Amino acid sequence: MKFLDEYRDGDLAQKFAREIHRITTKPWTIMEVCGGQTHAIVKFGIDELLPKQITLIHGPGCPVCVTPLEVIDKALEIAAKPGVIFTSFGDMLRVPGSTTDLLSVKAKGGDVRMIYSPLDAVKLAEQNPTKEVVFFGVGFETTAPATAMAVFQAAQKELKNFSMLVSHVLVPPAIEALMSSPNCRVQAFLAAGHVCTVMGYEEYPPLAAKYHVPIVVTGFEPLDILHGILMTVQQLESRRAEVENQYARSVRREGNQPAQELIKKVFQVVPRKWRGVGEIPQSGMGLAEGYAAFDAERKFGVADRRVDEPADCIAGLILQGLKKPHECPAFGGKCTPEHPLGATMVSSEGACAAYYRYRRHTVADTALTK
Amino acid sequence: MSAPEFNASCPLPIQQYPHVLMAHGGGGKLMHQLLENVFGQAFSNPILDARHDSAQFTVPVGKLAMTTDSYVVRPIFFPGGDIGSMAIHGTVNDLAMSGARPLYLSCGFIIEEGLPMETLWRVVCSMRDAAQRCGVQIVTGDTKVVDKGKGDGLYINTTGIGVIEHSLNIVPTSVQPGDAVIVSGDLGRHGMAIMAVREGLQFESTIESDSAPVREPVRALIKAGIEVRCLRDLTRGGLASALNEIAAAAGVKIAIEHQAVPVREDVHAACEMLGLDPLHVANEGRFVAFVAAQDAERAVNILKRHAVSTNAALIGRVVEQAAPLVTVRSAIGASRILDMPSGEQLPRIC
Repeated sequence: MKFLDEYRDGDLAQKFAREIHRITTKPWTIMEVCGGQTHAIVKFGIDELLPKQITLIHGPGCPVCVTPLEVIDKALEIAAKPGVIFTSFGDMLRVPGSTTDLLSVKAKGGDVRMIYSPLDAVKLAEQNPTKEVVFFGVGFETTAPATAMAVFQAAQKELKNFSMLVSHVLVPPAIEALMSSPNCRVQAFLAAGHVCTVMGYEEYPPLAAKYHVPIVVTGFEPLDILHGILMTVQQLESRRAEVENQYARSVRREGNQPAQELIKKVFQVVPRKWRGVGEIPQSGMGLAEGYAAFDAERKFGVADRRVDEPADCIAGLILQGLKKPHECPAFGGKCTPEHPLGATMVSSEGACAAYYRYRRHTVADTALTK
Repeated sequence: MSAPEFNASCPLPIQQYPHVLMAHGGGGKLMHQLLENVFGQAFSNPILDARHDSAQFTVPVGKLAMTTDSYVVRPIFFPGGDIGSMAIHGTVNDLAMSGARPLYLSCGFIIEEGLPMETLWRVVCSMRDAAQRCGVQIVTGDTKVVDKGKGDGLYINTTGIGVIEHSLNIVPTSVQPGDAVIVSGDLGRHGMAIMAVREGLQFESTIESDSAPVREPVRALIKAGIEVRCLRDLTRGGLASALNEIAAAAGVKIAIEHQAVPVREDVHAACEMLGLDPLHVANEGRFVAFVAAQDAERAVNILKRHAVSTNAALIGRVVEQAAPLVTVRSAIGASRILDMPSGEQLPRIC
């Protein structure tokens, strides 16, 4: 398939791998920020091609995984209300809240619908004027323009029966929080290509300078990731800490400015709790005051819900790169994709699910614990 | 008055009611009319025409195969097929997976009150045509009508009986280390066709379901003396589920090559866009065949001669007797587990 196969070429992948082997002289720990990258790394077995000195740590970049329990509980509470059509992207449906998940709410009679675009939720609101249509707006900067557009259009159409449960998160504050942690082992980052497609990468040079870490904006195909790792190792080996763009076919330094303007208009930066990590200041987006009428938390009176994370799930440590999924005592036993304890086992982008799905036969191998 | 126009499609028999009513399942006159004018007319054959509570027929000496399946696909009509033809193909294909020649089918209809009579008639005609193509007779049936809102238009169950006319033991436990793993065609068309219409996804091209009978290529394999060890219909859960089920039943490790699995470009593109794996997506006219290693090439060539399996490909091997496991080698040469999908396939956020 055009634009895909050329980035999955086995011979070129081997060439990149050989070059990484050739230049690596020391152990390096690199974090891929985005869950999509984690998924590709494990699916294609990219880490198996790397020298033993390189450790990849799977970062907090899966929007499903970092959505805190209390937001899921709010979603469940709203979705169970009569007269509500609750809409969501597909992979949020299976994420367990404190007691249940959205698919189970649907099974008990809740009107829960999977949609592919937030604008479909606006359409549903127009078609169902006697119902309250709620969209579960989660994701990083990548999905924010689409959710912002939905709110913007609902406002233009003066829809009174559309609202959004917003749990958007931002990448740069998460990187900052990780780097400022005393336990941090990360020496370099593969930044999330699609986040940067929207936001550009002007926010990163100060982070690279402050913590002396190379940051390479990287795509999602096997050759992108190998190329990103090569660029990162080149910097590490030569003690540089710069921001580079591997994913130039999609990312411009300044990003997508009309998308950014829309995000700024509809959303405001707020503190946000991350599942397993805790609250990170200025790390989320909520609806701006001008769009408060579309805030589902206010509309349905669920804003004050507070829930603690379960103790036997180490998703927090995994999202911070302090543990690998198979180092969790519950991995593959108490916790599987069918019965997930935490969100990292639910989403196909979650590190635990990726390991379970593609790796559980080799988790005893040293290849994973190198 | 001009002569009535010749109409090659199925004219709906004259009905008093344009929609199915509860009374059509009530056992009285309306039900009788429905059975006579719709089902009886379309499926007519001597066994059914006897109009008895149970069908009577003699069976050939030897082994029989029997299978049942229920069809609840929504929408009822989709690109490349409909619930009616699927209800015939699916059950005939399940029989074919034993290498059986299909003989007789039963069919049960659960109809939601209010279903347009014309819709029912189109489905029934489609079943009739599919049964004719498969050389199978519908010899008994049942109809129930449920309240509006208690069904999804129309559900169909078909049960099939077939006769096994070969001496192979086509079951998962016959699978042995070294066996070749062959798929009968490109994967994922049915699942993506349904998803595209159900979810209102607008792709540039229409992906058509692969719903089709696979009895002929299976018969050709057996007739040619191919050492067929196991066959499995690749329906829900796709290739990944089928391989995992067989690995578990046979106690073997199976290794396949991702690059060797045929997937049409439009299906591949749709899957990539939604974050789905074509190996997990449903098919309705595809099967996987485990055959003895020395017969692999010949088997693929035989399959390629039939339109329904023209894209057949050798995709892997049974590696060893071991704890059940299916692995797939990626495009860049690394191996991973190919797991069964957990629950429904859910598109990814980004």
